[in-house]
Amino acid sequence: MATTTSVEPRSSAVPGSRPRASAPVRFGRWCKELGWRHLVGVVTIVFCVLPLLYVLSASLNPSGTLTGSNDLFSTISGANYGALWSKGFGDWARNSIIVAVVTSIGTVLMGAAAAYAFSRYRFRGRRGTLTGLLLVQMFPQLLAVVAIFLLLINLKDVFPLLSTNSLPGLIAVYLGGALGVNTFLLYGFFNTVPRELDEAARIDGATHAQIFWTIIMPLVTPILVVVGLLSFISTYGEFIIAKTVLTSSSKWTLAIGLYTWASDERNAPWGLFAAGAVLAAIPIVLLTLFLQKYIVSGLVSGAVKG
Amino acid sequence: MSDPQLTTVEPPRTDDAGDGTAHGTGRTRNPDENAHARRFSPGWIVKLVLVGLVDALGVYGILAASGVQAWWIVVFLVFALALVNWAYFSRRAVPAKYLVPGLIFLLVYQLFVMLYTGYIAFTNYGDGHNSTKSDAISAIQLGNQVRVEGSPAYPVTVVLQGNDLGFAVVQDGKAVVGTADEPLAPAQGATVAGQQVTAVPGYQVLSFADIAQRSQEVTALAVPVSEDAADGTLRTQNGTIAYVFAPVLEYDAKTDTFTNTQTGVTYTASDQGYFVSSSGDKLEPGWRVGVGFSNFTEMFRNSDLSGIFAQVIVWTFAFAFLSVAITFFLGLFLAIVFNDPRVRGRKVYRALLILPYAFPGFVAALVWRGMLNPRFGFVNEVLLGGAQIDWFGDPWLAKFSVLLVNTWLGFPYMFIICTGALQSIPGDVTESARMDGAGPLRVFRAITLPLLMVSVAPLLIASFAFNFNNFTLIYMLNNGGPQFVGAPVPVGHTDILISFVYSIAFGTGGHDYGLAAAVSILIFLVVGLISWLGFRQTRTLEEL
Repeated sequence: MATTTSVEPRSSAVPGSRPRASAPVRFGRWCKELGWRHLVGVVTIVFCVLPLLYVLSASLNPSGTLTGSNDLFSTISGANYGALWSKGFGDWARNSIIVAVVTSIGTVLMGAAAAYAFSRYRFRGRRGTLTGLLLVQMFPQLLAVVAIFLLLINLKDVFPLLSTNSLPGLIAVYLGGALGVNTFLLYGFFNTVPRELDEAARIDGATHAQIFWTIIMPLVTPILVVVGLLSFISTYGEFIIAKTVLTSSSKWTLAIGLYTWASDERNAPWGLFAAGAVLAAIPIVLLTLFLQKYIVSGLVSGAVKG
Repeated sequence: MSDPQLTTVEPPRTDDAGDGTAHGTGRTRNPDENAHARRFSPGWIVKLVLVGLVDALGVYGILAASGVQAWWIVVFLVFALALVNWAYFSRRAVPAKYLVPGLIFLLVYQLFVMLYTGYIAFTNYGDGHNSTKSDAISAIQLGNQVRVEGSPAYPVTVVLQGNDLGFAVVQDGKAVVGTADEPLAPAQGATVAGQQVTAVPGYQVLSFADIAQRSQEVTALAVPVSEDAADGTLRTQNGTIAYVFAPVLEYDAKTDTFTNTQTGVTYTASDQGYFVSSSGDKLEPGWRVGVGFSNFTEMFRNSDLSGIFAQVIVWTFAFAFLSVAITFFLGLFLAIVFNDPRVRGRKVYRALLILPYAFPGFVAALVWRGMLNPRFGFVNEVLLGGAQIDWFGDPWLAKFSVLLVNTWLGFPYMFIICTGALQSIPGDVTESARMDGAGPLRVFRAITLPLLMVSVAPLLIASFAFNFNNFTLIYMLNNGGPQFVGAPVPVGHTDILISFVYSIAFGTGGHDYGLAAAVSILIFLVVGLISWLGFRQTRTLEEL
């Protein structure tokens, strides 16, 4: 921290540069200015990567216990990956993907429609609705988890499909948060699409629906993809509401299923858990790395991942 | 990101233009052609089908809700259907067409549940108080039945109609049959052999094997003897012999009391949602009543709970604050370390540093749970060479573990945003500070950090709010443990408010939705305050 950007001739900093005579001096200086940075970097990377290597190794270890997993990469076999599917992992993965995909598509469509209305129309209550949305989005849905559960219980006699232990019920709950989180992001983006485009289309006789679907939506596709993928990631990892709503193990999502395996002290199916964890993590790791530049750019400011 | 100017350029025109040119004007000019085009365009048909489906679902819901007398749902559905049909069939309401779907979901699953939380917080909703008073009365009548003294033993035949189990017996020489919902009634055309019914038209007689398979349902079945619940029910313990059971508690609607017919004890309805005898015995179940502020006062006045509650609050703030502070300073430190362009392989370092951030949080918490396992975990066994450190058993170590894991999860994000923010700080500012004789530390404190904070502070507030409710980490890592000794509710030393709410409402120690909702309200207040501070930082409100 202390020696951040002191001005030094570049060449002197490079280790192992040709003139041998002054090597110790240069090496000493290199250590002082850059070497410690590499040391910090290596230590941090070990801290970062070790748990990931550990779970990968455990997933490949056929012993399947915590103790057996401690010798990293001692034995390598795909046995855990093969055994997963008969234990319900397939169901969980399918449920997770269904819930996350439907939720993200619904989120994108409803958010985009709302953003279109706010961006292109001036109507009574517009400002009030926008302010209301801003206020509502402050409160994450999970705070009302008790009320959500009781609401769903009470829906049992009327709409069994939207009640507890049903994927559509869970999706409906998640869609309740669709407008709050994303409308502002989309609204800002919709405002950057020139209105002249709409007007030209309107003069040519396009209806509001045609303008929305054929002019605006194609132009904002990048942000729609980002919103959809972020929604996918957060839905995929959502735990508390899913655990409250889904009760039978065939309806569980990956988060609940993996939690049950990892916290099962009696059977301790650690190898199964590790294999499931690796498979469950892969899509999210890829998506996050893909989205990284949007997250960094502050586009999705405050989108802190858990 | 948004551009306020753009949106305010032409306020009045868009509204008429949006609707007017497309439909209104067109329609007045040549109504037939336009109507024709509208009617048969594919989009219009899609709309018709979708709205039709919503209507069908809504009408079904109204009927179903009226059937179970859920009037609130009926009112809401009527209102929602009217709104949907108005929005999609009126030519005026163009913005509404785009807002209604999202708003309806928002209304139910976000706004309503928030208000409902507020309502529940003032009731005793929970175990023993799950339903209405009339439900409680019939449950008490059904639950407190004893065999009528000297009542005859009926050889019973277990029958099945559709999915409903029923009993058929011979009563006064005549065959009668009934199910849980239909009291005993004469069975026309039943075959009787001796004292036992052997066949009833329209019913399937269950064999012994079938009865054994469904023995729980059979022993739980109570067939009312007549329309009057006070006459009692027919029950069987073994599927062969049935007896008449009668309620031992009689309800008197006039005085609103239950009387035990055997002991003569009277139970009076109390405002606590129970029937209570003069000696204080309660009848289970009770019903849901408003209890005023008692859920809130319980948190502060009940000495067992209030001490723990205070600790949970302190830890929640400490956890959220320390999580943000540690991850931020670690991330900032690393960002500064790798901000030097002379460091080789910065790209490799950055790519690897980001990995924990890309890894799903719930999986990471579970992996760490295994790694920190005190007996078999990787950390104790390998890294510390067989140490016996109880990472989750000791209150302070457990808190340390939670923070350690959250640091692992969170610092890459801080590293990313700090790197971005550092690079956007203009070099000439730091340059001129150095020219003025400021040392590196002084430059950092007086120039770099304040400039960094401008862009990073809102993210830190958001991160604080997120960690304040970071249920997944706390619950997955260690279920909030270790448990407080002697707590009236299951709650542990690392529980934060939201996981505390979860264990009160859904934990192993029973379900107290009222208290859980009351704690949720407190979180609402804190989160609202934090967000308000965040708004003041970003001034989002001004951009609407």
